[in-house]
Formats: sequence, structure tokens, C-alpha cells
Amino acid sequence: MSDEFDALPAELQELYLNMQDDLYDGLKDEVVEGTVRALEEFGQTPAQILQYGLVAGMDIVGADFRDGILFVPEVLMAAKAMKAAMEVLRPLLTDYKGVEKQGTVVIGTVKGDIHDIGKNLVAMMLEGAGFEVINLGINVDADAFIQAIREHDADILGMSALLTTTMPYMRTVINRLIEEGLRDQVIVLVGGAPLTEAFAEDIGADRYCRDAAVAVEAAKALMQIKKEARRVKSMA
Amino acid sequence: MTDRLLELLERKPIVMGDGAMGTMLQRAGLTDGSAPELWNVTHPEVVRAIYQGYVDAGSDFITTNSFGGNRFRLKLHHLQDRVFELNRAAAALAREVAGPDRLVAGSVGPTGELLEPLGPLTQAEAAEAFAEQAAGLAAGGVDFILIETMSSLEEVQAALAGARTTGLPVAVTMTFDTNYRTMMGVTPAQAVQTLHRWGVTVIGANCGNGPKEIERVMWEMAQAKPEGVVLMAQSNAGLPRWQQGEISYDGTPPVMAEYAQRMRALGVRVIGACCGSTPAHLAAMRAALDGPPLAEYHPAFEVPETAAKGATAERRARRAAQRSGREEGE
Ligand code: B1M
Repeated sequence: MSDEFDALPAELQELYLNMQDDLYDGLKDEVVEGTVRALEEFGQTPAQILQYGLVAGMDIVGADFRDGILFVPEVLMAAKAMKAAMEVLRPLLTDYKGVEKQGTVVIGTVKGDIHDIGKNLVAMMLEGAGFEVINLGINVDADAFIQAIREHDADILGMSALLTTTMPYMRTVINRLIEEGLRDQVIVLVGGAPLTEAFAEDIGADRYCRDAAVAVEAAKALMQIKKEARRVKSMA
Repeated sequence: MTDRLLELLERKPIVMGDGAMGTMLQRAGLTDGSAPELWNVTHPEVVRAIYQGYVDAGSDFITTNSFGGNRFRLKLHHLQDRVFELNRAAAALAREVAGPDRLVAGSVGPTGELLEPLGPLTQAEAAEAFAEQAAGLAAGGVDFILIETMSSLEEVQAALAGARTTGLPVAVTMTFDTNYRTMMGVTPAQAVQTLHRWGVTVIGANCGNGPKEIERVMWEMAQAKPEGVVLMAQSNAGLPRWQQGEISYDGTPPVMAEYAQRMRALGVRVIGACCGSTPAHLAAMRAALDGPPLAEYHPAFEVPETAAKGATAERRARRAAQRSGREEGE
């Protein structure tokens, strides 16, 4: 793994490797236990636990899924274990976020589509990175997205679609944002297996996110630009 | 009740199915994400014209516009109270177009929900929902129920229980689009053997990632199939591509004609198509199937060795070493 990981105490490294393995095997209780131990015995931050334990573990699950070694049942069990660990970390995230909240994200799977494993991973990772995340779930229509953006004064809209039949609906949502005068207020990030860079550009999204890590990077980078623009504007 | 499906199979060595419904409806203007099944009552002329296209192309049976017509899928569109009505309408329109000679297959797709223990849906609830849908299809006059695009054997089991409440014959296809397995990990061999044990005769594969993939899947099924099973294949017309603001499939009619020939060479007796296909594709398949079979068959895929399990094996070995190290230390 990374140099940073190699610099961790051997015992902690072993704990993380075991957490990754337990996640791979979908052992929820063990993953939660590992999370608690990392916090209490080793004084790790939620961000560190996410990075070295949970996300690193999900990366292996993702790779083996792509290679046809794991199938949906295993991926689902792993995602459930990750979610349980996230419940432990969530109340602590606010304490570690530091002074500045990164921003508010409204995220959901678009109308007609019920795939939510990937979208939930992205939501968890964004939370881990210090964003406030409003997860609208599955089968979300344009009205619901717009209402949530208004209600939470969101900075970012994240949309997920896994079907070629539902991805065009993202364009419908973006067009509605324009109609409602909200397009300039929110950064639009899109993701999901059948999407491409070209598609995202075509429908007028700000960024296509291949995976959760890219989503976090894009959210941070575009947020930075947005804050900068706001600052310049307020000075003018 | 006479089993019109078996009767047809006794009469004809090769039975040709039809092609896509969903992607045809999209071309006809269903682009707002609403339920295709609703078009059975709001746009019956469009649905009828699609059925007619396949009849004209020479299909021996046509498949109803009811793939997502179970209460779970219809609930996404707040149509869960209209299951019977929409399925009956799908079937009645098809019956009208098919006439007495051609058969009508009642399409039954997955609920889109996860069954216990992975998800919240119980076998009993699923079977009840499938029975509700099948009753509508039977009332509209289908000749058999086609359970299709399935990925979980548990869900097939529930669908079979539901479909059988009508007394109609049932055919089953599953989708092997994840490294030649279903996304739930079911292999073609497991599918053909399990479904045969459950009393299904017509078994196969549909949808997926195009003719090459399904060829390997059907080859595996043909190797593993018990005596008496009739194989069925309905491939997508290639893969979807996003082009000029539209989704199109890259498999041309000649590609699908070749696919039909290859299926016949593998001993597949019910041959049709799925997403992205049109009456033009089916007409090309009809012409190919009416002509002589391939003189020689060479697989278009590499005959597989046993599946690689590299990453997992390595990981498990590492983990076992860790565990034993830890236990010794304790
Ligand atoms: C900021 O915003 C962002 C940013 C990044 C974002 C983002 C949003 N969203 C995703 N990302 C990105 O980050 C994530 C993490 O790295 C990534 O997310 P992913 O979602 O890509 O990755 C996840 C971590 C793991 N991947 C997944 O979870 C999807 C895996 C596959 C196997 C899959 C699953 C699991 C399921 N499915 Co479905 N399913 C398939 C998928 C095939 C495949 N091999 O991909 C696919 C997507 N399904 C398909 C189909 C057809 C269907 N499925 C259906 C149902 C299901 C299940 C319920 C069984 C289950 C979903 C369970 C659930 N709760 O989500 C049905 C649809 C129901 C509906 N209306 O939505 C049904 C229609 C089946 C049927 N015939 O009825 C296919 C779509 C074909 C197409 N191109 O249109 C499919 C590709 C399988 C196939 N090869 O045929 C990135 O894409």
C-alpha cells in the first residue's frame, strides 16, 4: 500500500488489513469491532479509518466484482458491513471536520432507477470527507431534487443512474434546474456505470465521476473554485 | 389445457421469437422514463404496430409489452393498482395481432427487488406478485408465460410458482452478463440443471452484452443440459452506445443473422432477440434460419478453462497466515 500506510505501527496495519478482509467477507460485526478498536485503542480519526480500512477494503471488493470473481450478493454484504461501520463514525465526523464545513450535497438515484449501492458509497465517502450529505434515495424525480436543493441550500447535486434507459433523465433534471434558475447555484456531478465523459458533457453536467474517489476529488475541487468565485464576487 | 408451446416445438425444428419492445417504444417516443406498460392503454396503436412488425418479420411468437408489469416495478410509476389491467391489455393487443396461428408469450421480468436474505422481499410476497401479473396475462389470452432476464434463482422460483397458478406452460431465460454468470453469480450449467429439476422444459438466456457473450453461455448450457431440455436464446443486438444524443445498439441485421445461425449450430431451438433489435433484425434472422444451416461451426469465443480465482486465493492465503499467526500468539 501507500508509504503513509507503511509508516503506521505494525499492529495497526494488521488491524486495518483484517478490517479489509472482514469487509470483503461481509462480516458486519467484525468490521464494526475493528472500527471501534481503531478509534479507541489507536486513536485513529474517522478519515483515517475510512481511508485505510473501509475504503481500501471496498476497493478490493470493487476490483474483484469488476473481474467477475465476486458477484452481487457478496458486494451487498460488504456494503452492509461498511454501512454499519459508518453508523459508528458518523456522529464523530462533525467533531473532526475542523472549522470549515466543505459544503452541502444533495444526492440521489434518478427516476425509474433503483440501483443504490454505488450512490450510497459515494454518499458515505463524501460524508467522510466533511460534506453534509442529503441522500434522497432511489427513484428520485426532478421535483424532489429541486425541492431538496432549495430546502438545504445545496452547493452540489449528485445524480446516479445505472441503466441506459434512466440516464437520459439526468438531462431532464438539469433542464429543470435551468428553468428554475438554480443551475448556477449548484455544481452538478453525475456517475454510474453506463455513463461516459461525453455523455456528461452532452447533458451539461459539470463533471462525470468514474468512482467514489473521483467524486470526492471533484466535489472538493469544484467547491474550491466556487468559494473562490463567491469571494471575488463579494469583494466586487 | 393444450400446451401450445410444446405443440409448436413438435411441429417446428426451430422456433423464432421476436425482438425488442422497450427500445422500440423509446424510438417511438417513450423518453420521459414513464412505464412502458402504460402505453398498452394510452398508445395501443404504437404497441400494436410493434407487434405487427415482428409478425411481418416472420416471428413464430410475439412477446407482450409487460416486462416490468409486476406491482413492484409499476410502483415506481404509482401504477401498482393497475397490474391486472395493464397486463391484460398487453396480452389482448398481442392476441389480436398474432391471430390464431402465431403464439403469444406473456413477458414476466424481475421485480427489481432483492429477495431474502439479501433484501426485504419474501418468496411468498414475490410469488403473489407474479401470480397477480400472470393472471392478467392469462386473461388477455397468452399461450405461455415467458419468465425472462432473471438473475436470481430464488426469484425464478417465486416467478414459477406465480406463473403456474394460471396452468399455462412456462419458459425461463436468465441473463448471464457478469463474466458469463448472472449478476447473482449463477452459471449457465447451474441454471439449466436447476430449472430442469423444477420442471421447466424450455430454458435459456436473454439480454446481456451481445451475441458473442450469449454464444459462450449457450455453449455452456448445451454441454450441461439434461435430456429433454429445449434451449432458447434471445440476444441483445450488440451493445448500447451513446451517440448524437441518442442510445443505439451496434449489432446490425447481418450480425444478428449470423448469431441465429450460430445458435442453431449449438442446438438451440428457440431463437429470438432482445434490446436494440428491430423487425429488420428479425427479418434477417428469419431469412438465415429459412436457409441452410452453417456447414461448419467454430466457436466465436475462446473455449474457457476453469475460471481464474487468483485475487481471492491470494487474499485468503494471506488472511489464513495472519489468522494462524494471531492464534499462535494468543
Ligand atoms: C456524485 O454522483 C455520483 C458520483 C459517482 C457515482 C454515482 C453518483 N453513482 C455511481 N458512481 C460511481 O461511484 C460508485 C462507487 O465507485 C460506482 O457505482 P456503481 O454503481 O457503478 O458500482 C457499485 C459500487 C457496484 N455496482 C452495482 O451495485 C451495480 C451492479 C449490478 C450487478 C446490478 C445490481 C447490483 C442490481 N440490479 Co441491475 N445491476 C447492474 C450491475 C451490473 C454491473 N456489473 O455493474 C446493471 C446496472 N443492472 C442492469 C439491469 C438491466 C437491471 N438491474 C436491475 C436490478 C438490480 C438489483 C435490484 C438486483 C441490484 C441493485 C441492488 C441495489 N440496491 O442497488 C433491474 C432494474 C431495476 C430498476 N428499475 O432500476 C434490471 C433492469 C434488471 C431487469 N432486467 O429487470 C443492467 C443495466 C443495463 C443497461 N446498460 O441499461 C446492468 C449493467 C447489468 C447488466 N450487465 O445487464 C460508480 O459508478
